[in-house]
Amino acid sequence: MIEIPPRIRVRYTKTGRIKYTSQRDNARAWERALRRARLPVAYSEGFSPRPLLSFSLALPTGCESEAEYTDLRFGEAPDGAADAVVGNGWTPESVTELGHQLGELLPGGLDVVATAALEGSGGSLQEEVTSCFWIVEVTGMSAAQLTDRVEALLSAAQVPIERVRKGRKVIDDLRPSVLSLTTEGTGSSPGTRRLLAELATKPRGVRPAELLAGIDPAIRLVRASRTAQWIDVDGNRHEPLTTDGRVGGAAAEMATERGR
Amino acid sequence: MPSVFEQIEPILFGVERPARYVGGEMGAQEPEHGPGIVSWLLAYPDTYEIGLPNQGLQILYEILNERDDAAAERTYAPWTDMEAAMRAEGIPLFSVEGHLPAHEFHVMAFNLSAELTYTNVLNMLDLGGIPIRTEDRGALDTIVIAGGHCTYNPEPLASFLDAVVLGDGEEVVSEITVVVGEWLAMDATTRSRLDLHRLLAGVEGVYVPSLYQPIFDGPRQVGLEILDPAAPSVIEKRTVADLGDWPYPMNQLVPLTEVVHDRLNVEVFRGCTRGCRFCQAGMITRPVRERPAAQVAEMVARGIERTGYDEVTLTSLSTADFSGIEQVVAGVVDDPAHGGRVSVSLPSLRVDAFTVGTAAKIQQVKRTGLTFAPEGGTWRMRRVINKLISDDDLFAAVDAAFSQGWRRIKLYFLIGLPTETDADVLGIAELGARCVEIGKRYHQTVTVSASVGGFVPKPQTPFQWYGQNSVEELTRKVVLLRNAARATRGLTIKWHEPAATGAEGIVSRGDRRLGDVLEQVWREGGIFQEWSEHFDLSKFQQALSDHGLRMEDYTTRDRDLDEVLPWDHLSAGLHRDFLVGEWLDAIEEVGVEDCRWTPCYDCGACTTYGIEHVVASNEPPAGGSQGTGQGLDLGAPVPVLLGRPGG
Repeated sequence: MIEIPPRIRVRYTKTGRIKYTSQRDNARAWERALRRARLPVAYSEGFSPRPLLSFSLALPTGCESEAEYTDLRFGEAPDGAADAVVGNGWTPESVTELGHQLGELLPGGLDVVATAALEGSGGSLQEEVTSCFWIVEVTGMSAAQLTDRVEALLSAAQVPIERVRKGRKVIDDLRPSVLSLTTEGTGSSPGTRRLLAELATKPRGVRPAELLAGIDPAIRLVRASRTAQWIDVDGNRHEPLTTDGRVGGAAAEMATERGR
Repeated sequence: MPSVFEQIEPILFGVERPARYVGGEMGAQEPEHGPGIVSWLLAYPDTYEIGLPNQGLQILYEILNERDDAAAERTYAPWTDMEAAMRAEGIPLFSVEGHLPAHEFHVMAFNLSAELTYTNVLNMLDLGGIPIRTEDRGALDTIVIAGGHCTYNPEPLASFLDAVVLGDGEEVVSEITVVVGEWLAMDATTRSRLDLHRLLAGVEGVYVPSLYQPIFDGPRQVGLEILDPAAPSVIEKRTVADLGDWPYPMNQLVPLTEVVHDRLNVEVFRGCTRGCRFCQAGMITRPVRERPAAQVAEMVARGIERTGYDEVTLTSLSTADFSGIEQVVAGVVDDPAHGGRVSVSLPSLRVDAFTVGTAAKIQQVKRTGLTFAPEGGTWRMRRVINKLISDDDLFAAVDAAFSQGWRRIKLYFLIGLPTETDADVLGIAELGARCVEIGKRYHQTVTVSASVGGFVPKPQTPFQWYGQNSVEELTRKVVLLRNAARATRGLTIKWHEPAATGAEGIVSRGDRRLGDVLEQVWREGGIFQEWSEHFDLSKFQQALSDHGLRMEDYTTRDRDLDEVLPWDHLSAGLHRDFLVGEWLDAIEEVGVEDCRWTPCYDCGACTTYGIEHVVASNEPPAGGSQGTGQGLDLGAPVPVLLGRPGG
């Protein structure tokens, strides 16, 4: 019976064919993997208990990612139902190993990169992440045209785009959410151009397709990949969990305070 | 074979739910194709979400891929947005494993579970680059086969199918693989389609429509000419004698994206002898063959461990009838390895208080609604259809359910049954009101919902001669019932679209002339007809009329007992005398007992094939009730009212 911390954060990538699954599909894949791993996942209370796992900002269906995160919470399991127990007998290495084992049980294309223990209960991924980096590959426009349109967007005071929210069409201003946007040569397949963007997640996230609608509706999305998610702490950007296993954000501060 | 994946990738961003086109399920296989290997494309003529869980298809997928001389992949009907994009880009229907074009496979085999999917079969052939009509296929074209419950009258699709399989597929797929392999080994410049058809006709349980020519006179079929000496005069179904020999699927597919019945499924028995006279599944799958309880337990334990699912469905036509069901359920629910987090669901409950106790055990994890299927609103009606649930049994079951904490009860009924009067229809509302009354003894508010489907007579059943209710008559009865139910708060009536019942009725007992009709409906865009947003009865009516046929001849017309039926040459083992006797008893309101626990009345299913029931206990289940036996077989028709899953 191995011992594990009460909370862990897992960083993973989503690449290849599995990018066509939705965030909901992704959550279900995690739930199945956790049951197979026989870990004492904590469940919600109530009529239809669900495992307590939380994700960062939903990745749109069809997009890849180099930086996805899931926070897992463990608790008590009935006798015989789990092969691990919450306790102090863990090390950063044993937690990393736990993450690798979970990765083996996830569908191909969801690959665990790093895993670390989380201290305390603060630091919700949804609330903390403030912006994301994206690489977006597009067609339907020449390089010069695309550069023009990008410059036009950046110099505009407002960029109204139509979105559907709760079944209703609303007009949102895209401009404040575009923190940076540059064109960057050709994409990975012929005839495509590459855009690099930093998009804010507050008050609500912007999808690559919505960014393109704001640049020019004639542009067609070919490929999009989230390359990073950022937590802003006093003007400095931190990743929720670096590829070498360092935790960022509120959970990190708590760890520092406790001298860990 | 060339993969089309690179071609479909650019269009996947623009279609709904793209995950259904990429495969990648846990349990998916990547079989090798090559010389000496017969390649099968197993097809379900509906969306991925509906088709993927189909257990029959998954069983054959595993059996074929275990063979050295076969390779099987799968395909499903692309949704309309995907199909439009594929046709615009010239991309053929493809398999979800290797993304190989359908026309590259040697055999394309459809699972036919619902009549309203037939136009999708034509669409998938066409999209796959396969000539839709058998007569237009040559020595190099894909061989088109169908299996599944609807094949007990395949005549409406006969012009499009090289061969049709009757009954259980576990053994016959291997035999077909061998003869197809023989044909493929012949010189491609000299071998003919007729050679293939003769070889296939020699396999027991395989019907080759092109070797038979129906003869018509007016609205009726009056004969069947056998065109080739290789063609048997009667084709007998295939039956697996012992389910314990076939513990499949061993690696149930776990899809990347959500599908219907998204949980572990373990088939606990096949066949049902409750004897409900409207139920085709209960007639064509006899006798009862139980899986050994130890094997069930092992399949459940291994399946949960392998898949990570937290729910298992024990499937069959009437799972509460499985010998020792309580112990099996308790074994799953109380298994310490599951930590109280694995729930069991039964696709159908028997209507009695005892069964509700089992349900309480089952649903201690998640207590959702309880469903019973009395099917008939009055005791008289239930005697006609031989669903012998007394009012007392029903009310005791409902009382037990409400007293044990349930607040929602769902009841299934059929309307348009033989001898039905308005009193029988109104009996549904009265029965529903009584259930609400019982519920109020235990809870302040309760919900009783009655789902009402229009009855479509099916081939190979005692009701195969009965002229079904017209669309107008069904509509009148629905209105009658709805108005009567308004008086009871807490009782809601849901009904299946009568027009869809009408269309299903055309095809259910249709003859070979309907091939032209189905082709026209398809050519005019009539696909996904079991989906309410696409269903259009007028396309069927127009096509019938354009071909000089009348809807009423296929639907509301009572067949004469001595009339030739289009499926007379296809046998589920049932003696004609048995079916006729049951039909006459129905009219006399006389019931028949379940032959699992009473002496054999020789329906023919066992005696024709020299097989017997395989049951662990010959004692009828406790509780005193007759059974349900409703037609909730896997892959049963998706009611049009449901709309899109999850949407």
